[in-house]
Amino acid sequence: MKQQIQFREIDGGMRFYSLLGFIGLFVLAGLGAAYFMEHNGHHVTGMTNQIIWGTPHVFAVFLIVAASGALNVASISSVFGKTPYKPLARLSGLLAIALLVGGLAVLVLDLGRPDRLIVAMTYYNFKSIFAWNIILYIGFIAIVAVYIWMMMERRMNHFTKLAGLFAFIWRLILTTGTGSIFGFLVAREAYDAALMAPMFIIMSFSFGLAIFILVLMAACKWSDRPLGNLIVYRLKNLLGVFIASVLYFVMVYHLTNLYITEHHGVERFILLDGGVYTNLFWFVQILLGSLVPLALLYHPATGKSRGWIGIASLLVIIGGLAQMYIIIIGGQAYPLELFPGMEVTSSFFDGGINAYVPSLPEVVLGVGGIAIALAAVVIGTRVLGFLPVSLADDQVDPHHAA
Amino acid sequence: MLNPMQKILHILLALSMAAGLLPASAWAGGGSLLPVVPEAQDRFSETQGCVEPTDEMRRNHMEHILHQRDETVYRGIRTKQYSLEQCINCHVSDTPDAPRYSSEEHFCNSCHTYAAVRIDCFQCHADRPVKSSNPQTLSGQMKSDMQPSALSAMPHQALATEVISHE
Amino acid sequence: MSDSANIDTYRRRFLGGTATALAGLSVAPGVFLHEVARARPADEAVTSDVRWGMLIDTNKCANGCNDCVTACNEEHGLTGHGRPETDAQWIRKVELRDKQTGHTQSLPLLCQHCEHPPCVDVCPTGASFKRADGIVLVDKHICIGCRYCMMACPYKARSFIHEDLQDQLPHAPRGKGTVESCTFCVHRVDNDRTPACVEACTAENHNAMVFGDINDPDSDISKQLKQHSSRQIRADLDLNTGVRYRGI
Repeated sequence: MKQQIQFREIDGGMRFYSLLGFIGLFVLAGLGAAYFMEHNGHHVTGMTNQIIWGTPHVFAVFLIVAASGALNVASISSVFGKTPYKPLARLSGLLAIALLVGGLAVLVLDLGRPDRLIVAMTYYNFKSIFAWNIILYIGFIAIVAVYIWMMMERRMNHFTKLAGLFAFIWRLILTTGTGSIFGFLVAREAYDAALMAPMFIIMSFSFGLAIFILVLMAACKWSDRPLGNLIVYRLKNLLGVFIASVLYFVMVYHLTNLYITEHHGVERFILLDGGVYTNLFWFVQILLGSLVPLALLYHPATGKSRGWIGIASLLVIIGGLAQMYIIIIGGQAYPLELFPGMEVTSSFFDGGINAYVPSLPEVVLGVGGIAIALAAVVIGTRVLGFLPVSLADDQVDPHHAA
Repeated sequence: MLNPMQKILHILLALSMAAGLLPASAWAGGGSLLPVVPEAQDRFSETQGCVEPTDEMRRNHMEHILHQRDETVYRGIRTKQYSLEQCINCHVSDTPDAPRYSSEEHFCNSCHTYAAVRIDCFQCHADRPVKSSNPQTLSGQMKSDMQPSALSAMPHQALATEVISHE
Repeated sequence: MSDSANIDTYRRRFLGGTATALAGLSVAPGVFLHEVARARPADEAVTSDVRWGMLIDTNKCANGCNDCVTACNEEHGLTGHGRPETDAQWIRKVELRDKQTGHTQSLPLLCQHCEHPPCVDVCPTGASFKRADGIVLVDKHICIGCRYCMMACPYKARSFIHEDLQDQLPHAPRGKGTVESCTFCVHRVDNDRTPACVEACTAENHNAMVFGDINDPDSDISKQLKQHSSRQIRADLDLNTGVRYRGI
């Protein structure tokens, strides 16, 4: 017999408004930082003619990648027919849209001419993967919105699988596009690799799910709704698989580069003597962001604790941000190889490692993007029934023996 | 303060001018709210002030400038009639104290402020003829192609062809 | 009828002013191109019959000489703000030292005006474009300042404007929030003059830079390119650059 899952908006009141107000402060700070940057020009940031994309792009690309990953839970339910995930599908869709909007906001607010957003919408160079991404992002929001509608409107329920499949394919293309922003760059040693696209897809699985787990646990806790271990353990086991897969891709990427002599310079830079980038790679991305969470999630003791699962998810997010930082900023810090075999110097910083220190406005703008995403989730769950009334084990799986 | 009738009158006046219904002399009304538009430095011909009849310019100068912009940027067409550089050369004085676009005394801004039009042309383009705008970078010999109100230096032949092609 | 008469009056008025300008030019020989005979009228669009190119002989490029850079900065009003990391550079002198042999050389590096420019490929709005005659430019009117072209350029040829500017030159409009790079002095080329850097190099008698139409077999640059071996920087990318180097 089929059991109907009940969804209900979260309650208003003090708790809701204080949470929204708290997040709102970060949104406001982010907007203020963007205004400060645009008003003065980008010289007030750490970005230069050498480090062209900075911390805002780290946050923006991370959020956009995580957005497509956050949709995975819904896809597993609708496309792959795993019923235990069904109660989470709506929240998964909402989080996907919210993260994408947050990431895009950061990206747009960092533009040299954000006032010309309309130009980006009306002039298209179809050879540009960036132009394709604009279409992919807008399309993603629209398709996921329709998908959510199919899930919410009972008369449309039988289209859910179709919409879910379409959204799933779209998100794969979208992350391919995001990865290709770097994969298609022939100029720089660290990019120019077809592997970027699949690596970004698997990264999205991991980052998106980590954020989803945290949001789900927080939402259930703050709205006093039961959350059973069954679903939490399923999610955390999945997260472990994704973390390991990202590690695999990172390993293949570096092994390939290590084999090719012309890439030895950049590999040496990232893996051995790149200072902050090397430290970020080994200690934050690999150790803190991958190995420690893997151990936490699979260890018999910590793997059963909500607190440790939350910490593991948080570590995955921190590791993911570090990975983005290494890819985006580390990739630019290493100089362009114009004259192989030559020592190169110039007044334009040719041939040297390019310095970059994130500035406060950049970080505040990036965090503002996260805040925009969270605010959208909070508002979304307040106005529509995104969150199930109960995620207790017997609700998630009727056959579950208590 | 203005009474409502006067306000309506002013609005009508502005609209009719925007539509080019009133002659230019109506613009410089002393003490009125109407913009004081500076005189141009030169005339296009004895019979015509600007490069198109004045009412056409008032309504459609942006279309001419926009068209010329793309012609120049993409196709390398550098005729002078509708070029922004020539607008500035003729409509803004080349004295060191010539007004900048930020000032309402600047030809362009005198009317844009009045009509509440915001443009970003002068974030990039020179808002004054070059002689007054940037003396320090031009120290030493004045570059021939930077002479205000002069054609860029072209070989005789190019000039000759340009004239012939419009005859 | 009367309109065309007006245009002529207007043009003649301008012509008067130009006579003095031309007189000034004629005392400086070497400014005109060799292709003066085929000068393009101002109201005719550029075509792909012409492809502008530059040949730089690094053997003639004097170590420590910065004249091309200075000339470029003056020509386009590129004044620094005392922040080398964010100040624009359209052309720069690069010093090379062979790690194996210790041999040193010096060369100017600028936008290479590729036939297949990566900056044009990646630009989302099409602001980064290549003119029919091979000059790669930024249409700053539709540049949104995303800087993807700077990420894509293998030569680090582009600069982003990091601050408000004032007193730009009429022929070199530039402004905050957009990307810019060497234009091959397109405003000069359209008036049949050579780029400022080449002019400065020639004026110093270094003659390390030659500019001209590489589609015209009779042009000075084509003859030199045919006679001597030259190479492209990062030839492996197969971008068919408009700027070629001798001696590297």
